[in-house]
Amino acid sequence: MEKFEVYSGVAVPLKRSNVDTDQIIPAVYLKRITKTGFDDALFASWRNDEDFVLNQPAFANGSVLFAGPDFGTGSSREHAVWALRDYGFKAVFSSKFADIFRGNSGKQGLVSGVISDAETEAIWKIIDENPGVEAKVDLVHRTVSVGDLTVNFEIDEYTRWRLLEGLDDIGLTLRDEQSITDFESRREAWRPKTLPAKGA
Amino acid sequence: MTHKPLTLAEKVWNDHLVVKGVDGAPDLLYIDLHLVHEVTSPQAFDGLRMAGRPVRRPDLTIATEDHNTPTWDIDKPIADVTSRTQINALRTNAEEFGIRIHSLGDLDQGIVHVVGPQLGLTMPGLTVVCGDSHTSTHGAFGALAFGIGTSEVEHVMATQTLPLKPFKTMAINVEGTLRPGVTAKDIILAVIAKIGTGGGQGFVLEYRGSAIRALSMEARMTICNMSIEAGARAGMIAPDEITFAYLQGKPHAPEGQDWTDAVDYWKTLVTDEGATFDSEVFLDADTLDPFVTWGTNPGQGVSLLDRVPTPALIDDPNERAAAMRALEYMGLEAGTPMKSIKVDTVFLGSCTNSRIEDLRAAAAVVKGRTKAENIRMMVVPGSARVRLQAEAEGLDQIFKDFGAEWRFAGCSMCLGMNPDQLAPGERSASTSNRNFEGRQGKGSRTHLVSPLVAAATAVRGTLSSPADLEEN
Repeated sequence: MEKFEVYSGVAVPLKRSNVDTDQIIPAVYLKRITKTGFDDALFASWRNDEDFVLNQPAFANGSVLFAGPDFGTGSSREHAVWALRDYGFKAVFSSKFADIFRGNSGKQGLVSGVISDAETEAIWKIIDENPGVEAKVDLVHRTVSVGDLTVNFEIDEYTRWRLLEGLDDIGLTLRDEQSITDFESRREAWRPKTLPAKGA
Repeated sequence: MTHKPLTLAEKVWNDHLVVKGVDGAPDLLYIDLHLVHEVTSPQAFDGLRMAGRPVRRPDLTIATEDHNTPTWDIDKPIADVTSRTQINALRTNAEEFGIRIHSLGDLDQGIVHVVGPQLGLTMPGLTVVCGDSHTSTHGAFGALAFGIGTSEVEHVMATQTLPLKPFKTMAINVEGTLRPGVTAKDIILAVIAKIGTGGGQGFVLEYRGSAIRALSMEARMTICNMSIEAGARAGMIAPDEITFAYLQGKPHAPEGQDWTDAVDYWKTLVTDEGATFDSEVFLDADTLDPFVTWGTNPGQGVSLLDRVPTPALIDDPNERAAAMRALEYMGLEAGTPMKSIKVDTVFLGSCTNSRIEDLRAAAAVVKGRTKAENIRMMVVPGSARVRLQAEAEGLDQIFKDFGAEWRFAGCSMCLGMNPDQLAPGERSASTSNRNFEGRQGKGSRTHLVSPLVAAATAVRGTLSSPADLEEN
């Protein structure tokens, strides 16, 4: 995973609450078996609407998203993060994220930062007045700046460290392999095993 | 006892600690059971292959095909090329990594959250994960069960553990006795309407109280299933005699001394007297009506006896805007009585409501009655076993006589990854779990309902409860 420290890119206002992962990427796109190439699937049904924000020339190359509350709710599909990432998004800001989405984003190098509703609205206003304005995401100092406004964002400290270092989760866990083996030796006999298979 | 009183969720968490996180690092938790399906696993297997890693514990892993599988003509090759590719990828991966798989046509095939409990693999006190948000279903047994993303699927395959930050805990207290015609589905829809789709975010919910204790295991699964619709990754119910009776004799249930040891431990899995929850919610079961959704998220629900809400009367500006957009999408006028909403398709199925009790309840309503004209009813059992059980009880014939389609097992129209979709603008009464825009097909309009409301709606053609049939 690439290290993430400071990034600047076009800010995109997504003025909706409850953007669920079915909206981020409809189920029909989940049939692919690759981990990349989902850029066309991002917000697929909304992109049919020519007024949709990503269809406006100023935002077509957007890479920092500012959304309403409860972003990424619903289905656990990590494809939602892949679609955002493949489109070019590096960071998403909202006052509230669904837990699974937030976990998924951290694993793919996508920053999901929490700012307040009032801050989101202030940023939307700046973007409305200067379409195409860039947002500067500073993960080192946990700030995001748009125009003259700089706000602090919240991100889980451990996720932040992993993003800053570009660390892979599995590799980190396997440092504790001896502890896993020790735990396995203590597991009770009644706990289920799927093999050998028993039929109903 | 001198130690700190703990909640059920905390007990299960503590009993799976491999490494306690320090300095802001997450805890490393052991995973007892990993359920796998074709949609969220191919990229995880690919990741293992690229890194040259095996699946650490194939004996704690099981796969089934459900999301893409057709529910007609299951003996023919899957027509949709990408669906077929995904199913084939799962079969190849299961073979390569030594994982047990129940493929289309197999007796134990079905929706992953129906199959686990039916095989007796889901038990109290386990950690259960799956790349599917409705994994919360298994919490009905007193397991800590939650959905994970594909990177986490790969992580569990490689290490049988997950790094996780502790959850907060929320008690959902439901006291009283449900009235006839009111079910577990109505409880959970009312809970979600009360706390909102984000209300449970960061929490494990524990459903408690006399109304919960009185529920069967299958009804408890319906409740825990939709915890994610309130934003919570997991929902739990303390195991009791109902749980033990359901499990005993299931294919993978412990036997002999193992059973005795297990039950002794399971009986300790209750929230201790004096334990504190981070948050509490109360719901009165006595006064609850059948509950249905009117909008495009599961929190947008009302009593079936109520009307479509008026957005102008909603204080919160975000919620007001969401309600206006939802009504436009749903093609509904504010103030319309819910019972006058005309439906095109009734879908009885999904990991929320496709078990034998759901089919029995719906069959009892439609038996000897005539389906409303121009309405389509699809009945999709949750697993091949449920389908066989229903046929042994003659339920298939009741549904067929009524004019419903009797289909094969799978996720089906809950998310329309297979051909089971609504046409644009078509309206459903659906026993599934999500009424999102386009969920059941592009432009689809979904009302979430219980199996009883689904069945009564198929009789009358408008959203209805069984009580409405008696009045005629």
